[in-house]
Formats: sequence, structure tokens, C-alpha cells
Amino acid sequence: MSKNVQQLHRVVIRIAGDSGDGMQLTGDRFTQETALFGNDLATFPNFPAEIRAPQGTLAGVSSFQLHFADYDILTPGDRPDVLVAMNPAALKANVGDLPKGGTLIVDTHDFTDRALTRVGWASNPIEDGSLEGFTVHALDMTQLTLDALAGSELSRKDAGRSKNMFALGLLSWMYSRPTEGTLAFVRQKFANKPDIAEANVTAFKAGWNFGETTEAFAVSYEIKPAVQAPGTYRNISGNLALAYGLIAASRRSGLPLFLGAYPITPASDILHELSKHKRFGVRTFQAEDEIAGIGAALGASFGGALAVTTSSGPGIALKGEAIGLAVSLELPLVVCDIQRGGPSTGLPTKTEQSDLLQAMYGRNGEAPVPIVAAQSPGDCFDAALEAARIALTYRTPVFLLSDGYLANGSEPWQLPSVADLPDLTVAFATEPNGADGQFLPYLRDVETLARPWAVPGTPGLEHRLGGIEKADKTGNISYDPDNHDFMVRTRQAKVDGIARSLPPLVVDDPDRDARVLVLGWGSTYGPIGAACRRVRASGASIAQLHLRHVNPFPNDLGEILTRYEKVVIPEMNLGQLATLIRARYLVDAISVTQVRGLPFKAEELAEMLQGVIAHD
Amino acid sequence: MTELNLKPKDFKTDQEVRWCPGCGDYAILAAVQGFMPELGVARENIVFISGIGCSSRFPYYMNTYGMHSIHGRAPAIATGLSTSRPDLSVWVVTGDGDALSIGGNHLIHALRRNVNLKILLFNNRIYGLTKGQYSPTSEIGKITKSTPMGSLDNPFNPVSVALGAEATFVGRTLDSDRKHLTSVLRAAADHNGTALVEIYQNCNIFNDGAFDLLKEADTRDDWTIRMEHGQPLRFGTDGSKAVVREPNGALAIADDVAADDPRVVVHDAHAEDPSFAFALSRLSSLDSRYSPMGVFRSVEHPTYDAMMTAQLDQAAAKAPGDDAALGALLAGADPWTID
Ligand SMILES: Cc1ncc(C[n+]2csc(CCOP(=O)(O)OP(=O)(O)O)c2C)c(N)n1
Ligand code: SF4
Ligand SMILES: [Mg+2]
Repeated sequence: MSKNVQQLHRVVIRIAGDSGDGMQLTGDRFTQETALFGNDLATFPNFPAEIRAPQGTLAGVSSFQLHFADYDILTPGDRPDVLVAMNPAALKANVGDLPKGGTLIVDTHDFTDRALTRVGWASNPIEDGSLEGFTVHALDMTQLTLDALAGSELSRKDAGRSKNMFALGLLSWMYSRPTEGTLAFVRQKFANKPDIAEANVTAFKAGWNFGETTEAFAVSYEIKPAVQAPGTYRNISGNLALAYGLIAASRRSGLPLFLGAYPITPASDILHELSKHKRFGVRTFQAEDEIAGIGAALGASFGGALAVTTSSGPGIALKGEAIGLAVSLELPLVVCDIQRGGPSTGLPTKTEQSDLLQAMYGRNGEAPVPIVAAQSPGDCFDAALEAARIALTYRTPVFLLSDGYLANGSEPWQLPSVADLPDLTVAFATEPNGADGQFLPYLRDVETLARPWAVPGTPGLEHRLGGIEKADKTGNISYDPDNHDFMVRTRQAKVDGIARSLPPLVVDDPDRDARVLVLGWGSTYGPIGAACRRVRASGASIAQLHLRHVNPFPNDLGEILTRYEKVVIPEMNLGQLATLIRARYLVDAISVTQVRGLPFKAEELAEMLQGVIAHD
Repeated sequence: MTELNLKPKDFKTDQEVRWCPGCGDYAILAAVQGFMPELGVARENIVFISGIGCSSRFPYYMNTYGMHSIHGRAPAIATGLSTSRPDLSVWVVTGDGDALSIGGNHLIHALRRNVNLKILLFNNRIYGLTKGQYSPTSEIGKITKSTPMGSLDNPFNPVSVALGAEATFVGRTLDSDRKHLTSVLRAAADHNGTALVEIYQNCNIFNDGAFDLLKEADTRDDWTIRMEHGQPLRFGTDGSKAVVREPNGALAIADDVAADDPRVVVHDAHAEDPSFAFALSRLSSLDSRYSPMGVFRSVEHPTYDAMMTAQLDQAAAKAPGDDAALGALLAGADPWTID
């Protein structure tokens, strides 16, 4: 029986279940299949902060959304076209996002009275008509999995755990995905437990066959590979790209990488990843707290390492004093803030961009720190290299801002050639630079205002650094009023001067007649870009500009802002970039904000932009 | 050492020393500068890192590499330097407030890790730089500006704290006893791993005379217990006092101990179990009566720095981390190519 195959350009799938059901793994595998198939894609994992939230509760629902298409896409999609719900809680938590006409695949196994009551449903939505308007495939995936594994030695409980593989098999059939990769992955993952490996393979195949043979699924879909620029690609998440960027920066600078860090969501994966790469000379130090993490990194920087500390908002707050010390010592240091919802513990697993002003101003005294922001998962690689460039060139701590959305989301990434990455070679001081063989640790480079980096072990350059104000050139303690005024202004001028090293900004304005500019930074890049496409598709013009450097602002930014009648700044905070832009350029920017722990929806942004254009 | 031909004056800087006249820190500085040539390490390979406090001004006066950092964090900063540069001789200078209040966490973690650091803890039992508040080593009932009716909290004994963290080397000495101070510095410098040296230091402005019992000619021999590895722990003007082991195993002080008294304890600085050294550290009362001075514990354990380097070497020996390896890492397991 050969079934009908329908062509689609794009689809958004969301798989939701209990946080113990392996939804993230299932999503990752489907993503991997999709990447290999050649579609463009973007993913959005969304999971609770609790490791094992109570089973079957709304709080315990974990989901994974994947958008893939035969053209280039910018976001994981506003809404799913297909929702797979593995239990009542998953259905309840997600069905509101499924538009009418959407496809719903439900595992009916857990739709017992008790489970329904638990999530506050008086009757079974599968039977009471509340799912009208959706194409519903209600099937007992758990039982089908158990049946498929009837001959195995596994306990019922263990066998039932493979239901996510059944779902994956079914989806893989529906969307004509290649399967070899997943089968090989499962066999490798459970290499030590061959019976579990086989159960997963069997469940996967059962899911595939179910789609192919039963009447319930009449059509399968095909989404042709996207046209991508020639090159070699892989799928990559933001945290992985960031970790790789740091290793690449280490190789390109010739300096050993040192990471001082204390575990925190969503930054920990960078520590985990870098810990695996000792052969590249990467030292990872899991410190007793965030202060020790940055302290150790600063110590390593004094010794000549490419030093990095990684954390999220609460940890960055603890690091503030040490970042100020790095400003004063003028030593290179990359401070990665993988932002999450705040204040305080906030929303550990949800995204937000609300640490911009903390990065900008969160220290005592005048303590300017350059800020580099990543805009997509793959872009975290380039952003890490750029942060390292600034830190090493200007001998300064640098903030590298990412967030939970970039950290865990993934996209296809074109592999760079290692030899073509920027050259970050650093020249340590080797000779005295003053009269009579004296070494002046604060005698600056005239172009960059950077001071010499003289590492211990260099004879004749012994010197003392400290957080007390230093005399110009000699670095000796100085309480002189004019000297302090000079040093404060010089440190600021050094950071401001970084702008001279930045390439011209590129405004995306294909119609060249836009009167409204959308300005953004960080992970809003995708949603803003997708919103602009919608606006343009409707016939209106709109310009998009996205900032890689938030401090200092690029030199041409001010002039660009004056070219537009309106400047709109969407942010996942209460208007932090807007505050900086208004203060700096006296531009009456329109701040559009959202702090729901979720990325903007392109559709909502587009609607808002249409409104701004209409009232122009 | 001979080729280096360094003199104590080579370790002096051109910076004016700014401690109060009469401060015990001067004597410690002189002793350290006097000892440095003996270390046999070139000046460029020595680094002094301090926190904040009067004592923490120390690096400015040492003609080596140095960093005057932030309050309490020197052990953490030094840990990063020492683990990434095992070739250096890294010294930490800290005060009782710096090391045991704000930086207590970093201190115990450096000690338990056994990073190759020499930590000099200047204990004047007071906050000097902030003008005389009580510190975590001040005796209970201390009257200071912040405790006009007397302090309430039980103090730390820094040696007990360090031994509780299983420090591999713990010593104690006195600012005014140059010879003893130098001998403990020497032992600490010879130690591979974290060495904590508590230096009783007089703050003549805010806590003058805190250690007089151990300094005055008529009292010092009665209250100082000199520890020498392998020697009986006898003390007192005529050597008639001793540390003895009681029938229940506890250590105690006994007077008029006969020359052949079998209860007298012989010092064992190399005991693997830190309990013995810990018991010794508990002999002193709050005002430094019965202070054991010298090396409490000195045992060889692998250092954190060396173990980290070994892991890196082992990983690189399996597969070198060159550009080709980086290229392969970036590509991952499932790359695809578009022509
Ligand atoms: C974060 C921070 N908190 C407080 C201070 C103020 N402060 C400076 S030194 C010090 C105490 C120093 O005492 P101690 O470590 O015993 O050093 P001493 O001056 O006695 O040598 C304090 C509280 C500071 N510099 N930084
Ligand atoms: S206040 Fe005390 S510790 Fe500080 S310099 Fe003066 S005497 Fe020394
Ligand atoms: Mg003190």
C-alpha cells in the first residue's frame, strides 16, 4: 500500500510530555535527522527548572519545538502545526498554542480519570468534543510500545519508557526523515545496556511501521532540503558554539584557555563542554563559588592565559567586585553571562535579556566594560572570538551576553575553516619600556590605550598591580586628585576607542525606503528578522539593525538612527537598550518589551510594527 | 642560589613602606625579604598575591611580581595563577579578617585542594585597616569600636580551621622572632602543596600587646610550646612542662614532668591523620597561653596543580589538540556538505 505524499515548505512540530519522558532527547534526535536531511531549522527546548517535577503535573511538562523548512528560517516558530502530547498535562499545557486546523497526536494511555483530575479536567477532552477543529490522532502509544516489546525481558515499566522512541518513529515516517542516524545513536548511547538499546530500536521501528501501515495516517509529508550556501554544516546549540568559540580563540591567540566557573543554569553546559577538551590545553576549574571562579580566571590572566568565567545573572552579581578589579588591573578576561529570567533566582530555565544594564553598570565606581552580544546559536561562536579579540587587544574584561534561548536552541551552522579564523596573536611585554631599564606597567599603546601585558617569568619586568588607584605610567599607588581624574577618563577612553576597530554597521533595508527602523541586540535577532519579513511580505518597508556591540556603540550608530522617522526597540526586558539609546543619542525610541520567559513571536512583533508604520 | 646571587635588598622596592611605626608587619617584611634569596628562585618567577588589609599591602614592597587584589579573594586568584603556571612560586599574604571572615570560604577550599601556594596569614586579632573592629580571631569579650560591650562570638583558631580542612602543611610563628619565623618560612617553602603559616603579628595601634605573653622574657618560655619533629614536646623555663597523653588519649599540659616520664608526647609533624596536629592546636587558650609554635603538620600529598597538568598531558598524549583536531571537533559527528 503506497500512501499519499504531500509536499510542504515548512512545518513546526512540538513534542511535549513529562520531564522524565525524554522529550528533549526525542527533539534532539528529530532535529539531527532534519539537519542531515538538509532542511533549514531552528529549535526551542522548553523545560522546567525542577529535575524531576511531579509526574503528570502541569509544572512537570517539558517540550521541544522544531521549525524546519525548505528555505532559510529565523525562529523556531510562533506556534506548532503539529503537537505531540504524551499525557494529559502535556496536552493541557500546550493545546492553547495549537491553531485551529493543527494536527494533534495524543498518547491516550495516561488519560485516566485520576490523571485528568490532576490537571483539572472534569471530562476527557479527547471524547468530550473540546478538541474539535484539530486533526486528532488519538492512539495508545504506550500500549503499542508495550505490544511491540512483548517478547523482551524488560519490565513493563522499562519497556513503557521507550514510548518516546515510538513517537519519534511515527514522526520520522510522517516527515520522511532519514533514520540510520537515530538507530546508530541509540545503539551507541545504550552500548552498555544492549536490551534497552534494542527496545528503543524496536519501539522506533514500531512507530514508523504504525504510520506506514495503519489507516489512521493517510498522508506523509515531504519538505525538500533548503537551498544553503555551499559548504559543510552541522547542527549546533548556542552553548556548544560558545565553548567551541573559546577553544578556537585559544588556538588563534596561542594562549592556553582557563575557565573558572561555578555551576548555574543555563551556563553550566559550557563548563561541561570545555572540561572535555583538555587536549587543547584547556584548564577548567570548578570553583567554590562565582567569586572564586572569576578570581581564579583573573589570576590565570595575570599569568598569561586566555581567561574566561561563565555564569548567569545571579552569579554575575557576585562577580561584580572582581570585574571591577579586572577593569583596574587592565587584564584580559571574558565574562560570559548566559542570561535567564530574573530578579534573584527568577526563572532559571527560561530566557530573558535583562542583564544588559547589570553588564553595563553593575559595579562600583566608573568601571566601563565592553559588551558583545550573540544573536543566534551558531553566532555564539563568532561572538566568543570577538569578545576574546577585544579582551586581548585592549587588556580589559569583556562581557559576552547570551541567553537561555540561544544557549539551548540550535540551528544549522556552516563550519568555518580554522585557518581563516581571526588571528588573535598577542605580544607579551618582554623589554623594559621606560628610561634606565625601568618597566612602566601603565604606559599605554597610543592607538589602543592598552597597557603592556607582562607575565610573571619575564625577567626585568617585575611589577605590582592592585585595585587601589594607580599613578599613570608607573602603576604605583596614587591618591592624587588629578591623576585619579585622568585615570578614570583614560579607562573610559580606552573602552570607547574600541568603536574605532568595529566594521561599519549593516542595515537590512531591502526596499531602501523604510521610515521605521527596528533596532535589537541579542537573541531577538531571529524573531525581529522574521517579523520584518512578514511586514515586507505585506508590502510595507521596514529596516532592521542588530547590534553585535552594545558597549561601546559603533561610531556610525548615531548617524543611522537619525535617518529614520521612528526607531523601535523590542527587548525581553523593560527597555534596557532603549534606555541606553535614549540617553546617548536623545532619540525618542519606541520601547517594546516582553518578559514572559519566552522569545517574541514573529507574528506579534509584525503586528506591532505594522501599527507603528500605520501611525507614521 | 649561587648563580642567582640575590641579596635581601634585591627584594626591596622603591615604594615607601606605609605601615604605622612599630607595626609587626615591618619585622615580617624584613624576615621574608631576608629569606627570599635562600628560596633560590629568580625574582621574576615569584609572585605575591594579597587581599585587602594593612597586611595585604605587602606585595607593593616585594620586588617580585605581585597583585594587591580584593578583600578575601587572594587564595582564589592565586589558585588560578598557580594551576595555570605551575612553574611559578606563588605566595599569598592575608590578614585574619581577610582570610577568615570575608575570604574564609576561599581559604578552606584552597587548603583542601592542596594547590601549590604558600599562604602567610598575619594574625593581629583585629581589623587594622578599618581602624580597629574585632576580627574572627579576637578573644570573646573584646571591646572595640563595633563591640563597646564586648564581642560575643567565639573566635576561630586559624590553625584548627586549616587542619579541619586537612591542610597538608600548617605552621605558626611570631613576627618578632626572626629566626623562628625564617625557619617556618623555609619549611613552608620546601613543602609541595598548600602551606598555611599563621604569623602572630602585633598591631601596636589597635591591639597592642596581643602576643606579649609569647614575647616577654619572663613569660614566653612558660607559654610557648616549641614543636620540632621527632622531639619531645617539652617546654617551660627549666623544661619541666610537657605535652602529655592522658589515659583517655587526649593531649594535656603537665607541670613538673620527670625527664623519663613516658606520657610525654614526641612531635610527629608527618602524621597522616590530622587529628594529632588538631589536638595540639587546641592546647592554646584564648589569650595565647600554651601556644604551640613551629610546624603542626607537614605531609606530602599530590598537588592540585600537578594533577591538573597531568590530566592535560594525558589527554594530549592520546590525541594532540592541533588545528586538525579543532577542525574535527567543530565538524562533530554528523556534518553534511552542500556543493
Ligand atoms: C568588600 C570589602 N569589604 C570591606 C572592606 C573594608 N576592609 C578593608 S580591610 C578590612 C579588614 C582587614 O582586616 P585584616 O584582614 O585582619 O587585615 P589587617 O588590616 O588587620 O592586616 C576591611 C573590613 C573592603 N576593602 N572590601
Ligand atoms: S593599624 Fe595596626 S596592623 Fe595596621 S599598620 Fe598600623 S599597626 Fe600595623
Ligand atoms: Mg587583622
